[in-house]
Amino acid sequence: MKPAPFIYHRPQQLSEALDLVAQLDNYKIIAGGQSLMPMMNFRFVMPDHVIDLNQVTELNHISKENQQLHIGSMTRQQAIYSSALVQEHIPLVSQAYSFVSHRQIRNRGTFGGSLCHLDPSSEQPCFTAALDGVIEVASQSGKREIPIAHWTAMYMTPDLAPNEIMLGAKLSIWPKTHGWSFMEYSRRHGDYAIVGVAVLVNLSVASTIERISIALCGIDAAPVRLLNTESALINQAADESAIRMALGDIEKLPNIMEDALNTSDYRRHLAKTLTRRALLEAFERAKKRIS
Amino acid sequence: MDFHRIKVYVNGKAYEREVESRRTLADFLRMDLSLTGTHLGCEHGVCGACTVLLNGSSARACLTLAVQADQCEITTIEGLAHADGTLSVLQQAFQECHGLQCGFCTPGMLTTLTELLNENLSPTESQVREAITGNLCRCTGYQAIVEAALLAAQKLRDQRV
Repeated sequence: MKPAPFIYHRPQQLSEALDLVAQLDNYKIIAGGQSLMPMMNFRFVMPDHVIDLNQVTELNHISKENQQLHIGSMTRQQAIYSSALVQEHIPLVSQAYSFVSHRQIRNRGTFGGSLCHLDPSSEQPCFTAALDGVIEVASQSGKREIPIAHWTAMYMTPDLAPNEIMLGAKLSIWPKTHGWSFMEYSRRHGDYAIVGVAVLVNLSVASTIERISIALCGIDAAPVRLLNTESALINQAADESAIRMALGDIEKLPNIMEDALNTSDYRRHLAKTLTRRALLEAFERAKKRIS
Repeated sequence: MDFHRIKVYVNGKAYEREVESRRTLADFLRMDLSLTGTHLGCEHGVCGACTVLLNGSSARACLTLAVQADQCEITTIEGLAHADGTLSVLQQAFQECHGLQCGFCTPGMLTTLTELLNENLSPTESQVREAITGNLCRCTGYQAIVEAALLAAQKLRDQRV
């Protein structure tokens, strides 16, 4: 299994990379290559040009600005997983990365590569959705920002024009007292989730819900935010009745995807089970932190 | 065809070669440098047999292009033993614990566990198991491999004192 021939480009600067994507046809960008390389080895993908962003160091960063964490598209998954800044401000992301693949893959794989590959079962678009992520992209004519809710154009296809490159994403930082949980089920540790769920919650001292975010992966082409559930839960007690309300809404989700291995009924069952566990864990963490 | 001149440092030795852009790092090591200790199992990133250390970090050599390794330091299985041929502590522990049977997965196991022990000399059993989740072994049932890693960690700790 060898990739078909292609012409390799290694821009050193973002501007150079933007020139290349504006000029070339049938190109693929290689970030970590952990999804693209298998597809090229199988010849599912046969680009005429491969543009390697690994030298464009300006896309590799994690920084905190105001109440947001900025993660560059070429930041390695392992770097995010082991980042003290991420652990301190968005522990949800650290927990989510404990499920992401294996060390050898995380050492190469990038945050931006995952968001652009956009596997419906990937943890990374899911936590980005829970955190109201905003994705920044650039072309020769300038930058634009795309909220995660509008990022998915269709199955495994982001809303990215051929002349654009993803620069990174801004993730919202929740107050210090928030609770969080990421849960998923996969057949083997490190596989893509069959279903995964990200939960963030802010509680009052009386343990009522002030703000909550619930996002699921493995349900549809785009991560699914339970927006109606979230608004219905405001001011409710963080207890069993809140959990039942969320599970009732998952029961009503239309068109859960299915494939040869996992039926939509099974995914719905997993979504309910995992959401219950994640809500319990997030409530417990929030209660501990607020008291 | 698209060729590039690259320079890599493999197990401390510099090599300069002309490579086609589609050449994977694994094929480059095996076919251009004749370092056939790096094994190729699945060639799509699942089995972990081709794991090497790229600038000290474990990576799948089948999912990296040789041209991307330009100017990089690479450690393969051939680079783990000492110059006089004595085995590394981890390799010795694999021998003592029978951590290999057919040996196909062993290069990837050793490079992966070398990275773990470089970072953590006191791994728990579950940390060892987590570290090798990306390496498939169809012979041993992993038990002896985990024992070997824990023994190597113990020996390395003892050496430090």
